[in-house]
Amino acid sequence: MKRIVGIALVAFGLAGLLAAGSLSITGAGATFPYPMYSKWFDEYHKKNPAVEINYQSIGSGGGIKQVTEGTVDFGATDGPMNDDQLKAFQDKHSCAVLHFPTVLGAVVPTYNIPGVTASLNFTPEALAGIYLGKVTKWNDPLIAGANKGISLPADDIIVVHRAESSGTTYVWTDFLSKVSEEWKTQVGKATAVKWPVGLGGQGNEGVTGTIKNTPDSIGYVELIYAESNKIPYGNVKNAAGVFVKASLGGVTAAAAGAAKAMPDDFRVSITNAPGKDAYPISSFTWLLVPSRISDAAKRDALKGFLSWMLADGQNYAEALSYARLPKEVVAMEKKALDKIQ
Amino acid sequence: MNRRLRWRKFVSAFMLSMTGVCAVVAVSVLFLILGYLVVHGGASVSWSFFTNLPAPVGEAGGGMANAIVGSAKLLMLAMLMGVPVGFLGAIYLAEFSGTTTAFIVRYAADLLNGVPSIVIGIFAYSLAVLPFKHFSTFAGGFALGLMMIPITLRSTEEFLRSVPVSLREGAMALGASKWKTIATVIVPSAYRGILTTILLAFARVAGETAPLLFTALGNRFWSPGWSQPTASLPVAIYNYAISPYEDWHRQAWAAGLVLLGLILVINIVARGVLARGISVSRS
Amino acid sequence: MATTTTSVRGAGPLAGSRAFLARLRDGDEIARMATFLFAASVVLITVLLVYQLWQGSALPRHRFGLSFFRTSVWDPVFDQFGALPFIYGTLVTSAMALLIAVPLGVGAAIFLAELAPLRLSDTLEFFIDLLAAVPSVIYGLLGIFIVVPLMRRVIQPQLKQFLGFLPLFQGPAFGLGFLTAGVVLAIMIIPYIISVSREILLSVPRDQREAALALGATRWESTWKVVVPFARGGILGSVFLALARALGETMAVTMVIGNTPVISASLLSPGDSIASVIASQFKEATGELYTQSLIELGLVLFLLTFILNGLARIMIAVTSKRGTGLGHA
Repeated sequence: MKRIVGIALVAFGLAGLLAAGSLSITGAGATFPYPMYSKWFDEYHKKNPAVEINYQSIGSGGGIKQVTEGTVDFGATDGPMNDDQLKAFQDKHSCAVLHFPTVLGAVVPTYNIPGVTASLNFTPEALAGIYLGKVTKWNDPLIAGANKGISLPADDIIVVHRAESSGTTYVWTDFLSKVSEEWKTQVGKATAVKWPVGLGGQGNEGVTGTIKNTPDSIGYVELIYAESNKIPYGNVKNAAGVFVKASLGGVTAAAAGAAKAMPDDFRVSITNAPGKDAYPISSFTWLLVPSRISDAAKRDALKGFLSWMLADGQNYAEALSYARLPKEVVAMEKKALDKIQ
Repeated sequence: MNRRLRWRKFVSAFMLSMTGVCAVVAVSVLFLILGYLVVHGGASVSWSFFTNLPAPVGEAGGGMANAIVGSAKLLMLAMLMGVPVGFLGAIYLAEFSGTTTAFIVRYAADLLNGVPSIVIGIFAYSLAVLPFKHFSTFAGGFALGLMMIPITLRSTEEFLRSVPVSLREGAMALGASKWKTIATVIVPSAYRGILTTILLAFARVAGETAPLLFTALGNRFWSPGWSQPTASLPVAIYNYAISPYEDWHRQAWAAGLVLLGLILVINIVARGVLARGISVSRS
Repeated sequence: MATTTTSVRGAGPLAGSRAFLARLRDGDEIARMATFLFAASVVLITVLLVYQLWQGSALPRHRFGLSFFRTSVWDPVFDQFGALPFIYGTLVTSAMALLIAVPLGVGAAIFLAELAPLRLSDTLEFFIDLLAAVPSVIYGLLGIFIVVPLMRRVIQPQLKQFLGFLPLFQGPAFGLGFLTAGVVLAIMIIPYIISVSREILLSVPRDQREAALALGATRWESTWKVVVPFARGGILGSVFLALARALGETMAVTMVIGNTPVISASLLSPGDSIASVIASQFKEATGELYTQSLIELGLVLFLLTFILNGLARIMIAVTSKRGTGLGHA
């Protein structure tokens, strides 16, 4: 008995010393770019074995909250922090929080309609109507009108949205607020809203899973989730009146205007962007980094990662269906790295 | 035999066999659960499952090595924090305390036992995460340890009390002081029950997920030391199960099988230990 | 470390501390104080927990007061938080779980206590105890991959077809929702009902049964009309215990309930429960009011389980006393 206790204590002590050599950085936030980030952090670790960046995909709201609380070293969000949240961070930490765009992504309306494998055309009015609960059946004229030639069933639409606070929700509601006055006044844009109808899924992952398993459902997810799970997603009519399917080209076109007029803090919305090629539900996604990091090792490691991300990291984006940052933005970010003290 | 009696006998036979059906249904659920886990998880439990770290999203070949080690570390911490408090507190209740103090302590322990695990998670977050500004294995172990305390306390007290008075009196007659009696006579003779208690408490918290969500968070890599977030089996099962990736689903099944297998084995061993020689009479 | 100074009447202060030091040297006083510290820490932790819950929910308590329990709007954008959908979801799923688990559980307990020979009864009880040890997340895993598809493809469409005229079974068949959560919860709480009820039934004095049988009752009549009513309080206590368990269940529920704060008459509708919403939204509740509203929900849950557990204990104790107090003629 005593021997067992002794061995246990020794093992205990050893476990504490285990791998104490590597530097561990924790980040949390958006699920939107999670496939990209998990690839990046894995690759970066292979190139820099001493640095482990542990990213937890808990939703953009979680990223904002935990970086403000100071329980994680950096956050991630696709819905930029609003002024109140920025002020809260400033008050708590006596320094600012910096937004660093990482990639561009697209939010797509994905669906699971038995017998329909084609890409449906969705007008902004149809999407707003569906999510407001006004358009309840798949063969509603608002949907059917844009999809002549495809036979849609008379089934009830099962709406799926995010259960928790999400940047993907921010992008989606940002778009809907721009195209539907009713949506803007009734629901608004935020990372978590009061949904008029629908079922909640946890994370992009949860929504995708629910769509896959639920016939007649529709939901909004980041492009890679729909693609890698092989569920159909629709074309959305952009501001120029063209039905555009989400693609790297469409996302890059949406960002083109913003790239030239990027504000210093990088907070910008590119939904419903002008241009005939622009995909209307596109977005930057940001890492949230405190402007003052007292731990020198962590600061250097983070800055090192960000520099890598802006250079080599961008090469991994397209394979995962994220668009690279425009070069003007990359240049601005490289300069902004100096703000991290 | 008149008609009424025949009817009553029929009702009796019928209802009693229905209760048998209920019992069979209840017990068969256990085997159904095990069956599903073995069928779905068995194929995915492989060497790579136990030794690999998680792979990036969408890539195959990942494993749960860090989750397994993480769970082990969390449980070790939980035992280190929860068992001494429960054990020594139980000694106080069984040997030293007066009735009012005993009542208050027992009441508090029962209260703590009934607290939903998610609320324990909130408590541990505000006590062990916020002040230190990071999620950590320590916070997770703290939350789990909290849950072990009431189980250990009440059960150990029962077993200590069950030691026959004659043993205590014998020791005292031989001139042993109270603490010596406790340390050399009472505790050793109740050790089977105490061991069972610790094992059962361990098995109980091994599967807890909710308290870890806000404390240990999660980790894609190994978690060095005690102050970093760590992966754990139950949380990994949760995250993978709600994801849309087939590969992650398979890993969730495998992890479920491993976790349940561990818990069931501990439970069976614990009950075996108990059955084999405690002098507590079953009333 | 507190030192107690005992004043022994008639002797000087020196004599008192000398006696104390003598006790100390024995080790008994140290042992007493040390173990007392640990026992006291249990009380301290519990008090601290309640305090944290109370303090941590101060903002919404002052802001919303009792209307927190009457409002069904949960809107983080406009800072409106009402607990009603979550309370509703918790109550509906628990009620459904009880509806399924109590008949099954009490039936099984009757079988184990009255009919089965002791060896069989003990073996089956062993398996039931193992069932109680299965963690919540495993139930959730099975819920998502086995129960939900079964519900969506088979059971819910059947319910809609035959009972769809009832408001209880209207709306699309998601698979996720109140009904599924209720069924999964039922499976989780059956072991608690069985083991406690079995103990209670076993403790009913034999003469009660024998008297009934002597008067010409059938086995079933003696069980149902004499033994069970005698044990009624304890069985009710086991139900309360199971209910307290069901209320606090987090993982299995959050994985199958649909995570939508909605109040609906239909059992097929998705919903949310208190424990489930805390688990999914706590890490990301930005802003004090949002976080503290979730903590207030935690406080509500804590109070509910506290009351139920207390009632359960009383009922079980009362029934056991009846059993042991009476009838050994």
